[in-house]
Amino acid sequence: MSQLNQGSGVVSARLQANEYKDNFLDLHPPLDPHEALVAADRCYFCYEAPCVTSCPTDIDIPLFIRQIATGTPEASAKTILAQNILGGMCARVCPTETLCEEACVREIAEGKPVDIGRLQRFATDTLMQTGEHPFVRQAETGKTVAVVGAGPAGLACAHRLAMHGHAVRISDANLKAGGLNEFGIAAYKSTNEFAASEVDWLLKIGGIELDLGKTLGKDIYLEGLLEDFDAVFLGMGLGGVNELGLSGEEKDHVIDAVSFIHDLRQTKDLSTLPVGRHVVVIGGGMTAVDAAVQSKLLGAQNVHLVYRRGRERMNASKYEQDIAASRGVNIITNAEPTRIIGNGAVQEIEFSYTVDGLLGLQRTDDTFRLKADQVFKAIGQSLTGVPSLLKIDGRKIAVSENGKTSHAKIWAGGDCASHGDDLTVTAVAEGRDAAEDIHRTLMA
Amino acid sequence: MASLQSNFLGIKSPNPFWLASAPPTDKEYNVRRAFEAGWGGVVWKTLGSEGPPIVNVNGPRYGAIWGADRRLLGLNNIELITDRPLEINLREIKAVKRDYPDRAVVASLMVPCEEGAWKAILPLVEETGADGVELNFGCPHGMAERGMGSAVGQVPEYVEMVTRWVKETTRMPCIVKLTPNISDICQPAHAALKGGADAVSLINTITSVTGVDLDLMAPTPTIDGKGTHGGYCGPAVKPIALNMVAQIARNPITRDIPISGIGGVTNWRDAAEFMALGAGNVQVCTAAMTYGFKIVQEMISGLSEWMDEKQYTSIDQFIGGAVPNVTDWQYLNLNHVTKARINQDDCIKCGRCYAACEDTSHQAISITPDRIFEVKDDECVACNLCVNVCPVEGCITMETLPVGAMDERTGIPVSAEHGDWTTHPNNPSAQAAE
Repeated sequence: MSQLNQGSGVVSARLQANEYKDNFLDLHPPLDPHEALVAADRCYFCYEAPCVTSCPTDIDIPLFIRQIATGTPEASAKTILAQNILGGMCARVCPTETLCEEACVREIAEGKPVDIGRLQRFATDTLMQTGEHPFVRQAETGKTVAVVGAGPAGLACAHRLAMHGHAVRISDANLKAGGLNEFGIAAYKSTNEFAASEVDWLLKIGGIELDLGKTLGKDIYLEGLLEDFDAVFLGMGLGGVNELGLSGEEKDHVIDAVSFIHDLRQTKDLSTLPVGRHVVVIGGGMTAVDAAVQSKLLGAQNVHLVYRRGRERMNASKYEQDIAASRGVNIITNAEPTRIIGNGAVQEIEFSYTVDGLLGLQRTDDTFRLKADQVFKAIGQSLTGVPSLLKIDGRKIAVSENGKTSHAKIWAGGDCASHGDDLTVTAVAEGRDAAEDIHRTLMA
Repeated sequence: MASLQSNFLGIKSPNPFWLASAPPTDKEYNVRRAFEAGWGGVVWKTLGSEGPPIVNVNGPRYGAIWGADRRLLGLNNIELITDRPLEINLREIKAVKRDYPDRAVVASLMVPCEEGAWKAILPLVEETGADGVELNFGCPHGMAERGMGSAVGQVPEYVEMVTRWVKETTRMPCIVKLTPNISDICQPAHAALKGGADAVSLINTITSVTGVDLDLMAPTPTIDGKGTHGGYCGPAVKPIALNMVAQIARNPITRDIPISGIGGVTNWRDAAEFMALGAGNVQVCTAAMTYGFKIVQEMISGLSEWMDEKQYTSIDQFIGGAVPNVTDWQYLNLNHVTKARINQDDCIKCGRCYAACEDTSHQAISITPDRIFEVKDDECVACNLCVNVCPVEGCITMETLPVGAMDERTGIPVSAEHGDWTTHPNNPSAQAAE
């Protein structure tokens, strides 16, 4: 990519207009029907397939692939969506290389798994393009459930509850539903407003009311919800961003990666989005990679991703690391920031190399500095404003099986709950399972 | 390098790979391209009597079935014999044979089942310098309705009669092409022999309906809403063809008649298999129609390399090599005991062997929570299904138990003696062992 504007500082329009479009194309372009048939033919239809065991939502992968192979992609989509109503988004954002595709026997046999993620996308796209919703809402039960958070957990929970005939209201602090699908996923993983259209499609089940721009603890309160509804499901995201705790952290252009990605996803014209010439991202997870890669795609000249431990400890998968490397992001491991230097705006960051040994992570005297006119912090997020009537586990809402909290009428799932990975697909599974448990409880 | 030189009925060709009578050999242009590509011979697409040529449907003529990645496995056709005037075909045959004297050019013929019709066309073919004739008693579609093709081939008396007419009229070698659409292939082969045929070629296509268009509710290929049966060929028919070739090759009455093997030959190995079962050469059609004439280069190099490896210097050294080992079920050694063995290093843990054995066979494979699959010798009947469904070639094999070893399923040690059904105590008509 050619730099149009190579100047220092945080500026917009670093690239030619058409380069933005090219840079932010779909990471995995969809399979065409013939490619899908060829890919589907590679599935061995394993007995108690390891891919299914590895899927947090237990999608019957061999069955849906066989349905593609036999020319019924819409039946295939129903197999997927019956387990995972956000199967369309998960097909795009799941780290399949550490889930189903890692477990695929062909990965073990030949290092080349069946292209499960893209096959799932082929099936779900085919169905969703018809605009039809494949599920039917059961007769009204007269029961009501409040869902807080319109992200993957909340949407999955609400959909399943609505299917069972309950009346659901989803509240969300944002003015758009979707949660991290809408605001937190790298733009090249969810193109063409997919997150928003998936929400619209999901709501076609009926019986779900959206109540946007309502923050728990500010506009709505758990006590009130408990009074007005028969049950409550909490599926909020992590509102707080972890701080580095460094001197100089308050300097200009030292921001959290989450809000950068948020802004990027909501910007219609990417040429208006400013980015630094020398960008440093601190962290080792998916958010760090997404921020680093997208900075590069916006035209940053040098992008460093710095992680304090070794590469094997990074939460971003090897595959994500490779994406970063192939887009020109320099990954530095075993280095921890010690000081942010600058006069008003950040100019440099100082790092110490680290040793991760028996005594835990130790800084060494070996230091270096990176030029930086923009710094993204991506060292984790935390739950804020936990309702006081709930038991806490660590820094999250304590849940037991099926998302039960310490309160008999409250369930929780997704990033705010103490169980599971911080994956979209895990959140969907938790929302779905909590919904089934709520249903059983309400109908008992 | 081994010589692939072939001499079939005195017809010499540089290799045993001929193109079968079919669309690829319908005219001079194609046949010249085939010879340039390296084919050893052609059987020219079937000629009919003089007069107005037959007509074909105006499409579609073919239907197909496919395997993975749209690999063509079976092809069905409803094309008839050549629809070009006889004199043009004869002129072209003559020109091609003149320019390629080292290649085999055989004319396929199909005329009405009347002595006069056959005796009229043969001198015309002879005049072209063609190396021989092949009598098309095989095509199951279209012409059969008019009393030709398989309508003749299905009646051994007609086969014998027409063959005799031909042999009375011409000095050319006469190959009788057999239809597989009968119960016992040895009957028409015997009839051809009695009529004086120099060879038989088989199989012609198998009567088939490729599929059904579920929107039109009509068989495919569909012509204006209707379909008819066609003739099926391609890789899918090879096992049927191999069996019929072997039946003729081992039948005491027909075993001396030379055979030209046809039916799904796609590569050198297929050709070698037909020849091992007694075919003196092979004829190919569908593979050429799928991939073009160039495939013969792989067939030549492959057969030649295999022959070198086996130290065969001429094709005659392996033709018929497998015939003595084709037998009847009743003579198979029931005292031969094998057990499936799963190589754990090769196993990719797909579990297909388990599903197949547990659901549909003998419950002879165990599974552990960490997906280790093992054969239970006390249940395994050695059916080979696990070998067949395993996606990893060579991962599951059949191990022969040595003489004296205990067969855990039957509790009987493996006997050194041959023991088959003819002498088995359960056989009501068992003969006493000698």
